[in-house]
Amino acid sequence: MFDASLSELADALAARRLSSLELTRLFLDRIAGPGAALNAFITVDPELSLAQARASDRRIAAGEAGPLTGIPVAHKDIFVAEGWPSTCGSRMLANFASPYDAHVIERFNAAGAVILGKTNMDEFAMGSSSESSWFGAVRNPWDAERVPGGSSGGSAAAVAARLAPAATGSDTGGSIRQPAALSGVCGLKPTYGVVSRYGMIAFASSLDQGGPFARSAADLAVLMNVMAGFDPRDSTSLERPAEDYARDLARPLKGLRVGVPAEYFGAGLAPEVGSAVEAAIAALERLGATRVDVHLPNAGLSVPAYYVIAPAEASSNLSRYDGVRYGYRAAQYDGLVDMYCRTRAEGFGPEVKRRILVGTYVLSHGYYDAYYLKAQKIRRLIARDFAEAFARCDVIAGPTTPTAAFRLGEKVEDPVQMYLNDIYTVAANLAGLPALSVPCGFVRGRAMPFPRTRPGAKVACRSGSSSSATTSPRRGCSASRTSTSRRPTGTSACRRFLGEGLRA
Amino acid sequence: MKKVTWETVIGLETHVQLSTRAKIFSGAATAFGAPPNSQACAVDLALPGVLPVLNRGAVERAIRFGLAVGAQVRSRSLFARKNYFYPDLPKGYQISQFDAPIVLGGALRIVLADGTERTVRLTRAHLEEDAGKSLHEDFHGMSGIDLNRAGTPLLEVVSEPDMRSAAEAVAYARALHALVRWIDICDGNMQEGSFRCDANVSVRPRGASDLGTRCEIKNLNSFRFLERAIEHEVGRQIAIIEEGGRIELETRLYDPDRDETRSMRSKEEAHDYRYFPEPDLLPLEVSAAWLGEVGASLPELPAAKRERYVRELALPAQDAATLTASRETAEYFEAVAAGLAAAEPTGDRAAQAKAAANWVAGELAGALNRADVEIGASPVCARSLARLIARIRDGTISGKIAKEVFDAMWAGEAAGDAAADAIIERRGLRQITDAGALEGVIDESSPRIPPRSPSTAAARRRRSTISSARQ
Repeated sequence: MFDASLSELADALAARRLSSLELTRLFLDRIAGPGAALNAFITVDPELSLAQARASDRRIAAGEAGPLTGIPVAHKDIFVAEGWPSTCGSRMLANFASPYDAHVIERFNAAGAVILGKTNMDEFAMGSSSESSWFGAVRNPWDAERVPGGSSGGSAAAVAARLAPAATGSDTGGSIRQPAALSGVCGLKPTYGVVSRYGMIAFASSLDQGGPFARSAADLAVLMNVMAGFDPRDSTSLERPAEDYARDLARPLKGLRVGVPAEYFGAGLAPEVGSAVEAAIAALERLGATRVDVHLPNAGLSVPAYYVIAPAEASSNLSRYDGVRYGYRAAQYDGLVDMYCRTRAEGFGPEVKRRILVGTYVLSHGYYDAYYLKAQKIRRLIARDFAEAFARCDVIAGPTTPTAAFRLGEKVEDPVQMYLNDIYTVAANLAGLPALSVPCGFVRGRAMPFPRTRPGAKVACRSGSSSSATTSPRRGCSASRTSTSRRPTGTSACRRFLGEGLRA
Repeated sequence: MKKVTWETVIGLETHVQLSTRAKIFSGAATAFGAPPNSQACAVDLALPGVLPVLNRGAVERAIRFGLAVGAQVRSRSLFARKNYFYPDLPKGYQISQFDAPIVLGGALRIVLADGTERTVRLTRAHLEEDAGKSLHEDFHGMSGIDLNRAGTPLLEVVSEPDMRSAAEAVAYARALHALVRWIDICDGNMQEGSFRCDANVSVRPRGASDLGTRCEIKNLNSFRFLERAIEHEVGRQIAIIEEGGRIELETRLYDPDRDETRSMRSKEEAHDYRYFPEPDLLPLEVSAAWLGEVGASLPELPAAKRERYVRELALPAQDAATLTASRETAEYFEAVAAGLAAAEPTGDRAAQAKAAANWVAGELAGALNRADVEIGASPVCARSLARLIARIRDGTISGKIAKEVFDAMWAGEAAGDAAADAIIERRGLRQITDAGALEGVIDESSPRIPPRSPSTAAARRRRSTISSARQ
């Protein structure tokens, strides 16, 4: 049951072999039992979940079920949900309960899915290891001494450990794809604007994009069919006809041109990750795809540009956490300015403060042109690189991360090393492109799943499906098997975005 | 040594609250005076996860303004974030427009007290959201925050430093105030803060070409305060310079109770607002078709009307200016003139207009002023005033009697379009213009008074008055 795909679960529910109540209980028990050690969830509320499950069972009985009705889904705690705490992994919002639902939550609720819980994450989605959470670090189900990646580490770990059939996440610079890779599951960052950001707590508005975690491309497509769609409450939401993300899943790869950028296979890439990704690309070729060498000459500038733009937007987005209206407020203070200072000093963790400082600096008078404006120019160069590369190929494939999962605490003291984990992922955010990570093997010896990445939506699902079929880690891994010395890795793909809304 | 004379240089920044029902980035209502925080939704409270959505009505009003002042309405403008911390600024930033405002340039023609016309150039006008209000009283050492006003749409209109006296600044502010009401983008209510000015004031030796160091005076929410604050500030600056001091670039606050300005923050304390493009909003695009649509919906503007009154109706410039001080006044005047034209289809239009102008700008304006009533709420409507004037022009009553009739109409002695006729009949005010009949009356009523008595002479004089009034 824990290994069943979303469509298998839907079939079982429709056939009344299983009720949503039973299914939800199974997962809740697993979260509370063997899953507890992973610290993948910030909030689990069986009462709320089971009430939703009962309602979904009634809906199924009435014959009004959709593909996700009755299926429990875990949500990253960055999506606000009425009735649930919405903490964003921060002490600042530890006591915050939203009076409204995020667009994504509304969509899942409308589909009859059950909110299984709110997953743990790096504080305000700032991090690549899920260690910066006020609620403690998340552990990798494959090796409890290792990180699951971040910032959506709780969602990735939950799906990898079969604590949830599927989960949502958000990706600002790789926060879906990198944990998907390090935890051995599939994760998709859609084209910017496809999934509404309304109710998704902002980190860096021009880069943030919600997306799904699942164990297969087919499941990602089911989730995308619910999550995607125009929302007038998000001015950057794409207004275009709904599409069926499952439509091309079975389409053969024949004729698909897979671009392989040399820049993604240079120094810094762990050899065992490189060879797993090469093997995955070879598998795509065996399935009929054509390999094309492409170049992304400004790829090396993406991390520096990202770490100017994202903190700049974050420094402004996080100004609202001032202790005045909601959230944390320091207990003791002397006057307004002191209240601000203490509240923010106590309410934010070190990584968040670091980025607020950097962001404030790069926007300051006299530095704006040198940093923020230059980073925006680089952003346009990076988008142009992709546009040129996509003249020659349909998808671009490469590693999601330079290494498989690293040890807890290994990079906490060295932010730059932590940031370099995003080296293959941030470009897709800067260019607004869709990108997907699917598992493609394991690192032996030190052992972790690893990743490959590919910018591109519909085709990405299609190729993702086939490559995950040929390269995914064996099924059945779970929290109880975290002693295994195998670490998954993933490959990532991104695809030409279909002309819509390239932001500069 | 020749004494230096000083020239004052003034530029104004005016916050015009746009008259949309909903806020600029949320659906909450903008009505004034609601209980605190009853008109603040999740977006206005800056709850986690909320996003701004631009109100089309606010953009349309900005376009109306741009077209009305002959400015460039840019096809593409940008919103930016202005970052600073204050308890009544919920997001920690204000969404405004910075280096790409929607309205660029333009000019406003103003009429000074002596009737001379001048042009004040505009730098720009941009859209932004208002902040909430901090309430420092009634909370026992704490401050209250009311976010009802947070997110109210504003158009900030920035003038060039083209004004040379407090009187010119007031004339500009009045013209701007009249215009934004005229084109129906702002209710103009200054008590409620719908129209607020900041003045940038500097002085320089007369004849100098460089500008002096300026001070910005904030919180000027009446024309009187604007005038007094500028006069005070000019005096302060001249005194400092003449004593050998230097003016510091600073922001000053006008205190109407003490009639003085005092320093709010110096240049060193000035905020670094860390402006950057607002990533939650797309660039604002205004199509040529939209511009055309809005342009077609604009009424005839005050300056154009003023010119037309002079050209077509041969009104003196001063009258034309008075009659176009507000759209309501102009509409009232035109309704009176139209009423007269209807009563005297063959009459001279210019003479009718002149008579209407005299009454609207004279007797009516005086009565409205004394009673502190807006022309829209005048107890004497335009049609009934036209009938009254028609009775003077057809000789039924004299101009002097007409004033008595007007007062009775104002007091509500009779209602309806024909109120004047009713009062004339009831009070027996119809004058006798037939000389024979008049002499008969005189003969009857004063048989013992010999011919050529003083009263006959008076009657003759009156007759000539009547005839001159009928010309």
